[in-house]
Amino acid sequence: MKPKVAVHKFASCDGCQLAFLNAGEALLTLASLVDLVHFPEAGPVAPDIKVDIAFVEGSITTPEDLERLMRVRENSAYLITIGACATAGGLQALRNFAVAEDWMAAVYASPEYIQTLATSTPVREHVKVDLELWGCPVSGEQVLRAVRELLFGVVPQQEADKVCLECKRQQQVCVMVTRQLPCMGPVTRTGCGAICPRVGRDCYACFGPAENANTEALAQRLEGFGLLPAAIAQRFLFINSQAPEFLAAGQRWKTDPTELS
Amino acid sequence: MTDSGDRTIRVPVLARVEGEGALDLIIRGDRIEQLQLRIFEPPRLFEKLLEGRPYTDVPDIVARICGICPVAYQMSAVHAIEQVFQLNPGPWVREMRRLMYCGEWIESHALHVHLLALPDFLGADNVIELAERYPDEVRRGLHLQGLGNRLLRLVGGRSVHPVSTCIGGLSHAPTPAEIAALLDEFRQALPMAEALLAWTASLDLPDEQQDFTSVALRHPDEYPMNEGRLVSSAGLDIPIQAYQDHFREYQVPHSTALQSSLDGQPYLVGPLARINLNLDRLPQDLQQQVAACGITFPSRNMFHSLTARAIEVVYAMGEAIRIMAAYQLPDSSRVDVTPRAGIGFGCTEAPRGILWHTYELDADGQVQAATIVPPTSQNQARIEDDLRNSLTAYGLHRSDDELRKHGETVIRNYDPCISCSTHFLKIKVGRE
Repeated sequence: MKPKVAVHKFASCDGCQLAFLNAGEALLTLASLVDLVHFPEAGPVAPDIKVDIAFVEGSITTPEDLERLMRVRENSAYLITIGACATAGGLQALRNFAVAEDWMAAVYASPEYIQTLATSTPVREHVKVDLELWGCPVSGEQVLRAVRELLFGVVPQQEADKVCLECKRQQQVCVMVTRQLPCMGPVTRTGCGAICPRVGRDCYACFGPAENANTEALAQRLEGFGLLPAAIAQRFLFINSQAPEFLAAGQRWKTDPTELS
Repeated sequence: MTDSGDRTIRVPVLARVEGEGALDLIIRGDRIEQLQLRIFEPPRLFEKLLEGRPYTDVPDIVARICGICPVAYQMSAVHAIEQVFQLNPGPWVREMRRLMYCGEWIESHALHVHLLALPDFLGADNVIELAERYPDEVRRGLHLQGLGNRLLRLVGGRSVHPVSTCIGGLSHAPTPAEIAALLDEFRQALPMAEALLAWTASLDLPDEQQDFTSVALRHPDEYPMNEGRLVSSAGLDIPIQAYQDHFREYQVPHSTALQSSLDGQPYLVGPLARINLNLDRLPQDLQQQVAACGITFPSRNMFHSLTARAIEVVYAMGEAIRIMAAYQLPDSSRVDVTPRAGIGFGCTEAPRGILWHTYELDADGQVQAATIVPPTSQNQARIEDDLRNSLTAYGLHRSDDELRKHGETVIRNYDPCISCSTHFLKIKVGRE
């Protein structure tokens, strides 16, 4: 019996599911190794079936989705979040800093028809998560490697290094040192291959916090470049705003720290 | 065969569409009493979360609206913002943006044709099953999809949420050697795309003629991607700035998404609308291939969207080859930007149809207001119209399962990208 795998979607752009759908031949290989029992975007629909591995894309933003997530957890032996939305609330979690009702009223003529929670939250705030794969989006390699490792019976390993280390490995000249760009690489988890510095721009932290991220040192460096506190806060409160390290740093700089003393 | 009493058919989760939706159908006797395309996708309120962000964040933010067509969102946004700044990044940037769009059309269309649509027409449940019966055709499709993604990786850094697009140009210029290597593979794969076109045209698709208005961009001398006027098959011909004078977005309690209308009527955007309105803008040799494929365009058969996508894959392959063959390293991959206050408009041809943006910026280039109208929201009313016509023509006496399957095929044919949830929402529907 092949292990059963499900891919569930919540509030998201579908980009992380493309880790499977863009895999080409590897998708066909994956289908020979596991039984893809629920993956609506690819075809199979069986939301309430018991599975060995469940991948969860997207953040929790509605009461129905919260109930659905509880069922997914009950039915899944091993639950893996894929991407910034499921792992850290996603870009849509910026609404957590606003009054949700005001935003709904601004976008929709009849907001009373819409059922939504005030916040966009990561999966781990509601159920136990066995593995979190960071990235906006996750790469095919991250996802397929996790499946392969689980099939071998080992605990999947994740990159936790900083993007800075990846730049060094790739012999990429530092964009912060040489061009004074407000690069988030020093606090951001690698796994992307340091693509932003490699195409000549600053990292914007789409893979979330690295291990031992010294957010305060980076924030002060950004201030040295002339960024105002509000702009520094925005650097942390972006795609992974609900990651605790980024949330704390962003909240700290939202108000000018000098005013607090 | 079922009796003629009331029947309710529910498709709880639509498979093989991007995002989550459902179809509810109530049939009374020989007519459809109620038909609802429901969208589960929760609102993500992108227009609001753009407010207060610097213009430099916009391409990275709007990409996240859709993982399948992030380039489209970036393109409509950069054109709108550059209009505010009265900025023209020049011919090199123009060609590179077109090249990125080629990558996205190839990737998105190949994905839809092979993984989402073809299983319907060839009697398979999904692409895995399809690959067992049509291994060569599926592998050819996956190869084309992969080439589109590789082009995006080369120019954009990665294929989902590319990182190089910025106001004023591109953050880098690929090396001529990298371009030459990929050019070679595109040239080798062009016959595969042409074979795909001939194959889709040879398939036995349902023959259903419908009345609908096509809407697309139209450019004086090229097949439209980033520029053009908005035209329709009913004679509309306006600059993109005038969009809101003719098109309306509205929320309806019985539906699940904001819908759009053109002068009060549903309309079609996307590959078939583009081909219907811009056939004469395809290169001569491709026009000949289209003429020889056995389907007459302009077409009123929505199922010809499949072949329209294949035609655009061939077009995008050829266009990418043209741009890459002429590639030269620029002095700079971007022009300097001086922010200024104002309102700008951008409308480009996403894989699924016109994607209209407008931004209001302050003097520092900070977003004050944004409006984004995705293609799938524009197609909603047309899809519901199509379902009514198509299911009635198919025969309402058929079994629930047959009607469900046909309904799903009709919906998928639009390649609805429900994740474009700037505007999609879940609505609690009160029933009498």
